[in-house]
Amino acid sequence: MTTLPIECQKTAKIRFTLNGEETDVSFVPYKTLLEVLREDLGHTGTKHGCELGECGACAVLLDGKPVLSCLVLGLECGGKQVLTVEGMGEDGKLHPLQDAFADLGAAQCGYCTPAILVTAKALLDQNPHPTRDQIRESISGNLCRCTGYLQIFEAVEAAMLKIADQKSSTT
Amino acid sequence: MMRLPLFEFRAPRTLEEAAHILDGERANAMPLAGGTDLLPNMKRRQQVPRTLISLRHIESLNRVVWRPSGSQLGACLTLSDIAVDPRFRNGLTALAQAASLVATPQIRNMATLGGNICLDTRCNYYDQSYEWRKSINFCLKKDGTTCWVAPGSAKCMAVSSTDTGPALMALGARVRLVSRTDEREVLLSDLYNNDGIDYIKRRPDEILSEVLLDSLHGWKSTYWKLRRRGSFDFPVLSVAAAARLSKENVVEDARIVIGSAACRPLAAIEAAKSMLGRPLNQQAIKEAAALAARIAKPLDNTDFDMTWRKRVTAEFVTYALRELRGDDVRAERESFTRYSFE
Amino acid sequence: MPVEKDSRKAPIDAPKNIGDDLRVIGVPRRRVDARAKVTGQTRFADDIFLPRMAYCKLLRSPHPHARIKAIDTSRAAAHPGVYLVLTGKDVPIQYGILPVSQDEQALCFDRVRHVGDPVAAVIAREELTAFEALDLIGVDYEILATISDPEEALATPEPRIHEYGEEGNIHKFVALEFGNVEDGFAQADEIFEDTFFFQGNTHLPIEQHASVAIKDPDGKLTIWSSTQTPHYLHRALAKVLEMPAAHIRVIATPNGGGFGGKSDPFHHEIVVAKAALMLDRPIKICLTREEVFYCHRGRHPVLMKFKTGVKKDGAITGMHLQTLIDGGAYGSYGVASTFYAGALQTTTYHIPRYRYQGCRTFTNKPPCGPKRGHGTPQPRFGQEVQLDKIAEKLKIDPAELRLRIVESSNAVTANFFRLGTVNLSECIRRLVKVSGWNEKFRKLPQGRGVGLACSAYLTGAGLPIYWNKMPHSGVQLKFDRSGGVSVFCGATEIGQGSDDVLAAIVAEVLGIDPFDIRLFTGDTDLGPVDLGSYSSRVTLMAGNAALQAAERGKSIIADAVAEKLEVPKERLRFADRRVFDSAAPEKGLTFQEAVCLAEARFGTIGTVGSYTPPKSPALYKGGGVGPSPTYSYSAAVVEVEVNPVTGWVIVPRIWIAHDIGRALNPTLARGQVEGSVYMGLGEALMEEQEFRRLPKKLSHALVHKFPSILEYKSPTSLDMPEIITELIEGPDPRGPFGAKEVGQGPLLPIMPAVANAVYDAVGVRIDEIPVTAEKIMKALAEKKAGRDPRYGPTHFPEVHWPEALRIPPPWEGGDGNAVNDVPRREKRHREKEKVLAP
Repeated sequence: MTTLPIECQKTAKIRFTLNGEETDVSFVPYKTLLEVLREDLGHTGTKHGCELGECGACAVLLDGKPVLSCLVLGLECGGKQVLTVEGMGEDGKLHPLQDAFADLGAAQCGYCTPAILVTAKALLDQNPHPTRDQIRESISGNLCRCTGYLQIFEAVEAAMLKIADQKSSTT
Repeated sequence: MMRLPLFEFRAPRTLEEAAHILDGERANAMPLAGGTDLLPNMKRRQQVPRTLISLRHIESLNRVVWRPSGSQLGACLTLSDIAVDPRFRNGLTALAQAASLVATPQIRNMATLGGNICLDTRCNYYDQSYEWRKSINFCLKKDGTTCWVAPGSAKCMAVSSTDTGPALMALGARVRLVSRTDEREVLLSDLYNNDGIDYIKRRPDEILSEVLLDSLHGWKSTYWKLRRRGSFDFPVLSVAAAARLSKENVVEDARIVIGSAACRPLAAIEAAKSMLGRPLNQQAIKEAAALAARIAKPLDNTDFDMTWRKRVTAEFVTYALRELRGDDVRAERESFTRYSFE
Repeated sequence: MPVEKDSRKAPIDAPKNIGDDLRVIGVPRRRVDARAKVTGQTRFADDIFLPRMAYCKLLRSPHPHARIKAIDTSRAAAHPGVYLVLTGKDVPIQYGILPVSQDEQALCFDRVRHVGDPVAAVIAREELTAFEALDLIGVDYEILATISDPEEALATPEPRIHEYGEEGNIHKFVALEFGNVEDGFAQADEIFEDTFFFQGNTHLPIEQHASVAIKDPDGKLTIWSSTQTPHYLHRALAKVLEMPAAHIRVIATPNGGGFGGKSDPFHHEIVVAKAALMLDRPIKICLTREEVFYCHRGRHPVLMKFKTGVKKDGAITGMHLQTLIDGGAYGSYGVASTFYAGALQTTTYHIPRYRYQGCRTFTNKPPCGPKRGHGTPQPRFGQEVQLDKIAEKLKIDPAELRLRIVESSNAVTANFFRLGTVNLSECIRRLVKVSGWNEKFRKLPQGRGVGLACSAYLTGAGLPIYWNKMPHSGVQLKFDRSGGVSVFCGATEIGQGSDDVLAAIVAEVLGIDPFDIRLFTGDTDLGPVDLGSYSSRVTLMAGNAALQAAERGKSIIADAVAEKLEVPKERLRFADRRVFDSAAPEKGLTFQEAVCLAEARFGTIGTVGSYTPPKSPALYKGGGVGPSPTYSYSAAVVEVEVNPVTGWVIVPRIWIAHDIGRALNPTLARGQVEGSVYMGLGEALMEEQEFRRLPKKLSHALVHKFPSILEYKSPTSLDMPEIITELIEGPDPRGPFGAKEVGQGPLLPIMPAVANAVYDAVGVRIDEIPVTAEKIMKALAEKKAGRDPRYGPTHFPEVHWPEALRIPPPWEGGDGNAVNDVPRREKRHREKEKVLAP
C-alpha cells in the first residue's frame, strides 16, 4: 500500500446545500459524505454500522433520493442538496414521521432511526399513500436489530395519515 | 470505521476526456460510477486505484434513446431509473426485474447499469477485509497463489454476481466500449469470460458506455433471483429467460441464461434449443429445466450449500419458464422476493 | 385472575386504568428518550468529538493459535502522524468479567488464541494513518496447533489454550444431580432420547463498539463507552490500570443495541484508557464491523443430549441433560453460561428428578458469552422439540400436554429455584384461542404447518458477578425546588427502555409527569451502582430501587404537607402534579409547593432506594446461576410454509403470548416482544457464527467464515412475518407495580416453534438450529428413502464426566445443599479472598 505523507494531502472544498442551507466545507479528499457530515460538519445524527453499504444506517437524501452516505464521496457532493435527520423538522417542529416514530415505539436504541426516517420521508414525499408492502420495501435496505420493524411500519402509516390530514386542513 | 485509501480524483465532462485520462493511467485508474461495488472493495483494499475517474458528470452516459428498432441505454443510468421506468416491460421485463432486485433501494439509487454489468466476481475468500485475507495468506484472485474454493484449480473460481448481466444476455443485448483509440460493439454474451479474475473482456483503457437492445416486440422475458433474504443479498442462483411464443404457445425463439453458477452468466443453449418449435408444455419445461440445470456448477464461494444450489436449479428454471407460458407464479415469486413486483 | 391485554389495540392517549388508578404505569406513552432519538441527538460513543482527539486502531492476530516471540513496533512508531504504539507489556495485568476466569489481556502478551485477538495498538492523528501503521508492526509468531471445535478440544489436551480450567482444553465441567434420575426413568412409561445441536450466533448490534477516553481537567480518567455494564468495566479498569476506582469515571453512552455483546470489559476500552493517560489527550476507538465479530461474546454452539422419562399422561418422571459447549478462546461469562445451559429446564414444567452434565471447552475462535437468553435458548430448543416428539408419541396435543405439566406459581424447583408467578397456562390458552391452533395443528394441507413452544426466563440474575453483600441496584433522587426531580442510577440504556422505566415509576409514585424528571444514568460518578443491563434485571431491580427511593421521598413530603394542611398523612394523594387531601381534593398544594415546604421543614430533600434479591434456597455450588426474584414465561405459535421440493421455508405469521406481570409501558413492552421474536426468528432461520478451517495440508487458518453484516444474515423488513402479540398481565408482587421482564423471554420459544412447525408442514424433524432449506431438503430425501425423516446430530461424544454433586430435591427433604460437597464455609472463605483483591 502506498501512503502519501499527511503534509502532501490536498484539501478538498465543496459548496452544497445541507438541510436547506448553503454550506461550505473543507475536508481531506478521501472522505465519504458520511465522514464529512459527522467529522467536518458536526452532524452526527447520521450513523454508521458497517461503512460498506451493507446495513443502511448511513442513509441520507441526496437530491431527494435515499442513498448510502458511506459510499458517496464527499467530492461528488458539490452543488447537491443533502438532507439528514437534523433537517427533517420544519419551523421548529418535528416532522410528522419523527413524532410518529417517537409515539409508536418505532425507535428503541435509536441507532438505525435517522436513516429510516429520511428514507421514509423520501417515500412519503414521492408517494403520499403507500401500501404496507411499499413501506416495507422502501426500508428493505435498513437493518434494525431492536424493533422487528412492525412498529416502524405503523409509525410510517400514522405519519402518512397525519400529513394527509395537515394537507387537507390547509387547503 | 473503515476508511478509503488515498486517491486522486478526476471528474471529466465528456466521454472523450474520460477515455483520454484512462488511456494515460491504464491499470492505475478505475472508472467510478455509482461506487457501490468499487468503494467497499477499496475500503477492504481489494482494489486500490491511484486515480478514480468519475463518470457521473458525463451527460451522454445518462441518456435513454427509444426507437421502434430498439433502445440505447446509457451505462450510468441508475438501477432505480430502470426499475421504475414503465417502458421496461413485456420483452424487457427481465431487465426491470433484475434491476429492481439488486441490493437495496438506497443502493439502487446510486448503482448504475454499467457498474452492475461489470460487477466484480465474488467469493467468500475474496470479499473480505485486508486483515482477513492476510490470515488466509490471500487468494489467487488477489495477492495470493491458491484458489481456496478449489485448491487444485489453476483458475480463480469467484462467482459471477451480476443480476443485469444474465437478464441482458437473455435479451440479446450488445454493449458499446469506448477508448481513446477505438470504439467497438460486442454481444454481451461474448464479453463475459468464465474465469474469476478475467471475467470480462473489457480492456483497462475501455469504458462501457452504452447497452444496445434490439426491439423485443412479441417477446416475453423474466428474471428470477434466488437469495436468502428479501434484500441486500447477491444472487446465489438466477435465471433469465426470454421467449417469443406463437398464439398457440409454440416457442419460436428462446434464450435461457443461468446466473451465479459459474464465473460468468451461462447461456443455456441446449436448454433453449430443446424448446424450439414445441408448445411450452409441462414436458418441454421439464426437459429444458433439466438441460439448463446441467450446466450450473455452483461452488462453495457464496451463501448456501453448493449441493443444494445445484439441486434446486431445475425447479427454479421451471418457475421462469412457467411464467413465460403465462402461468400465475406470483406466489412462487413472492416466496423468494417477499413482495410483489408491479 | 390475570388480565390478557392486546397492546396493539391500546391507543396513544388511553385513559388511566380504572381500578388501578395509575396515571403513568400501564399507559402507552412516548418513551422519555424518544425525542432525542428521532432527532438524531442521542449521543452515542462515536458521536463524541473532542479537541485534539486522536484515533486508535488495534493490530489483531492473523493466526488462530500462536506464541508471540517478538514484536517490533519501531517502524510504526516512526510513521508520520503516529503518536503512540502499545503492546502487551504496556497493559499486562489480566482481567475478565468473571472472577474465576481472569484470563484476558488488553493486548496479548505472549499468546494469541484466535484470529482477531488484539496484539498491539497504534494511536495516531488520523484513523487512516493508524490503520496504515498497523502494517508496519512486525510480529514474530510461532504457530501452535489449532483447536477448532469441542470434539477436537476433548481429543487434544495439548497444547492447552489456557493454563487453567479442568484439564487439557476443558474449561469447565458441571455435574449436578437432583434426585435419582435412574429411579425416575424406572417409573416412566416411555423414555425419549434425543440429540440436538444449536449453532452459535452473535448479537450484531447496528452500533459498533466505540469508546472515547480522556484525562479530564482534574487529571482523572474518564471514559465514554458503548457498554452495558459500566460498573464491571469500572472494576476492570481499576485492576488493569492499577488505579483507584475513585479516580476513574465510566460513562456508558446509550448503546445502539447490546443484546449481551457489550457486557464484557473489552480490550479496546482498556487500551484507549491507557493511551489517554499516557498522552493526555482524548483517544477514540470505533471498531469496524469485522472487529465486532472478533469481540463476539455471543451464543455458544451447544450439542445437547436429552433423556426424558414420561408417564402416559405426559407427566415427566425424570430428565437427564448433557451439553457439550464450544466456549471459544476465553472464559468471558462462559462458566455462568455452562450453568445456565442446565438451569431453567425445571422452571417451566414440573421435573421431579433432574441430572445435568455440562462441559465447556476452549477453542481457537472468538470467545462466546451472553447473548439474549444467555445459555438457555439452546437447551430450551431441545426441550421443546423433544416435548413435541413426546406429545406425538403419547397422542396428546402439544398445547394440552404442556398445560398438564406446567409448574405452579411460587413453587421451588428440583434445583431449588424459587419461582414467582407462573401464568404460562394463560399464555398457552390465549395462544390456542387466537391462533386457531385446534383447527390448524396437523390439519393444514401438505407444506403448511404450525408449531408450538414455550419458555421461561429470569427477571434478573439472583447473584452478582462478583460475590458481595451489597445491593444490586441503587437509585438516588434529588428533589428540586423547581418541582423537578433528578434520578441518579447506574442503569444503562441499551434501547430496552430502562430510562423510561425509571422515569415512569418515579413519576407515578410522586404524581408528576415523566417530563418533569431528569435522568442521570450509566455514569459511575453520578449514580449509585447498578450492576448493568443484562439478565433482564433492570426493570425489576432498578425499578424496585426507584420505587423505594420515590416512596421515601413521598413520605417526607407528605409529612410536611400533612402538618401544614392538618390532614392525616394517609389521606394525602400525589397526582396530576399536586399533593392533596383525597377526601377533599381541592385542598392541596402543587407538587412544587409541597417540595419547597418539605425543604423548608426538613432541609435539603434527597432519598435513596436500593434492591437486593432475596436469598436463594439453592445453596449448592453452582446454585448461584439460575436463581431470580421471579421468572417470565412465553409461549409462541409459528406458522410456516415449506416447499416440499426445494425445502424453502417462509414464515407468514407468529403468535406470541408473554407473561409479563405488568406492562409498565405497553408501547415499549410490545416493542420488546416483537424485537425478541424478530431476533428469535433470525436465529431460527439464518443467523450463524460459522468458522472455516482451511485444508490442513495447505494452511493452519481457522477464520470466521463471513465477518460482515452482509453475509451474517439478519432478517430485513421484507423477511418479517406478521406478529400477533398477547401480553398476559398478572402482577407479580416481586416486581415494581407487578412487572416482570420482557426483553429476552419472548425470543426463546421461537426457534423450537419453527422446528415444530416444519415437522407439522412436511413431516421432517430438523433437530438443529438454524432450520434451513438445505437441511429440510436433506431430511425430505431421507424421508423419501424410507429412512429416519430427520436432520440433526447423530451422536454425543464420550465425555469423562466428574462425579456429580448430589442435591436432594425439596420433596426428598433436601435443604438446597449438596450431600457430597466440601464444606461450604471453607470454600466461601477461599473465594472471598480471591475477589477482594482489586
